[in-house]
Amino acid sequence: MKINRIKKITRSTRVAQENAADSCCGSNDTETASCCGPRMVIAGGEITDKVPGFLDWVGTAAEKVPRIATSLSYADHIGACLARWGINRMRYIVPPGRYAIGTPGPDAPVLVTGNYKMSFDLVRSALSGRNVWLLVLETYGVNVWCAAGKGTFGTAELIRRIQKTGLHEAVNHRRLFLPILGAPGVSAQEVAKRTGFSVRYATIRAQDLPAFLDNGMVTTPVMRKIGFTTYDRLVLVPVEVVLTLKSIALFGGAVFLAALLANGLGAAVLMTLAYLGAVLTGVAVVPILLPWIPGRSFAVKGVLAGVVWSAALYLYAGGSSWNVTTAVAAFLALPAICAFYALNFTGCTTYTSRSGVKKEMHLGIPAMGSAIIVAVVVLVAGRFL
Amino acid sequence: MFGLRYLEDVVTLRLDQAGCTGCGRCVEVCPHEVFSLEERKARIDDCDACMECGACAKNCPVRVITVDAGVGCASGMINEWLQAHNIRRVGGGSCC
Repeated sequence: MKINRIKKITRSTRVAQENAADSCCGSNDTETASCCGPRMVIAGGEITDKVPGFLDWVGTAAEKVPRIATSLSYADHIGACLARWGINRMRYIVPPGRYAIGTPGPDAPVLVTGNYKMSFDLVRSALSGRNVWLLVLETYGVNVWCAAGKGTFGTAELIRRIQKTGLHEAVNHRRLFLPILGAPGVSAQEVAKRTGFSVRYATIRAQDLPAFLDNGMVTTPVMRKIGFTTYDRLVLVPVEVVLTLKSIALFGGAVFLAALLANGLGAAVLMTLAYLGAVLTGVAVVPILLPWIPGRSFAVKGVLAGVVWSAALYLYAGGSSWNVTTAVAAFLALPAICAFYALNFTGCTTYTSRSGVKKEMHLGIPAMGSAIIVAVVVLVAGRFL
Repeated sequence: MFGLRYLEDVVTLRLDQAGCTGCGRCVEVCPHEVFSLEERKARIDDCDACMECGACAKNCPVRVITVDAGVGCASGMINEWLQAHNIRRVGGGSCC
């Protein structure tokens, strides 16, 4: 996700590991859990004939269900691309409820997902040629994994949605298939007790659903194993960069102004570039090269990458003409900045634990803060030497 | 996952094997193959691979699994800390 912070997005996603990305939110707390940051709550609204991929209505007049296409339009692809860049991501949402794919009858399987439009699109596009019911939960436009961490893809919402969509009357069986990454939010035994529907966790990735259905609805080990490929990490980088822009502008502006006043325009440009490079190394380079950077700790990976960035700057930006204090300050502050942003990427991975991140923060944040303070002191002292 | 293992000996996952009924839910929900079943009892095979998502504990019908599940996200933890200290208001942000 998480996947969209994967854990933001991305830690996520996820039935879909839509993004390992939004993988951040690993909690199984209630719906009030704050997960990774405050967020405006936007609900999906009511189902109409304007839902994405709408084909026609099926069912009775009293109980109309939209049948949706399994092929995605250009608008769907463009919307997904924009969401990857953080554009309209928080409003990328479909109405919750029951949808029909193909011509499902009362014996057709019921698959469950969240109402983040990227999840919805991934699931429906994976189910081409199938006859299934799709039960979309109100996750407020958040991917399945992050929503499970928040509790919105959760027991209470699943029970509510089963009742609200008349599922008991619509199907003869009492079986639901959920994404595996939704399990942190759902208590299967509680759902069974309260609704009579048994919950089976099907696959991690939406694209494995056809194989799952063809395999007699049995999950193979491959369908259950999460990865974090270079592509998974790559698609998370744009939104990470976008989310960092505000702090880049704030701190980058401060660095530029301070250096301009103290040392003139040349130094200001160099220091600002040094800062921006350290941030981008932490936000983009570390995530992409993650498996190949030594160490398990994200802070350590960030420090190593930051040292490489500092060395590159020293070699190619006239380091030989720097005085000692400038060089010391650069090799202290830049790895610390890089380490901070690298540590922040834990929120997007598919494998970091809360306890591990806690430990890293407990040790790393004071060390990073100290390194930056010492670097500033050394820089200031250098002016008087 | 090649090269992608997190810190060792930090995970809070615990299993009381004596009370386990061997239903296999933990194996079903774990995306990191932390659990296996042996002689109708769950067993933790790879504790360090656990990401503390809490799916196993949440779905264990006899509640013999415990884990300190929660936000494994540095910015999320910073936000929680800021909110707890009333430095940042709730609502209005992005992230997830």
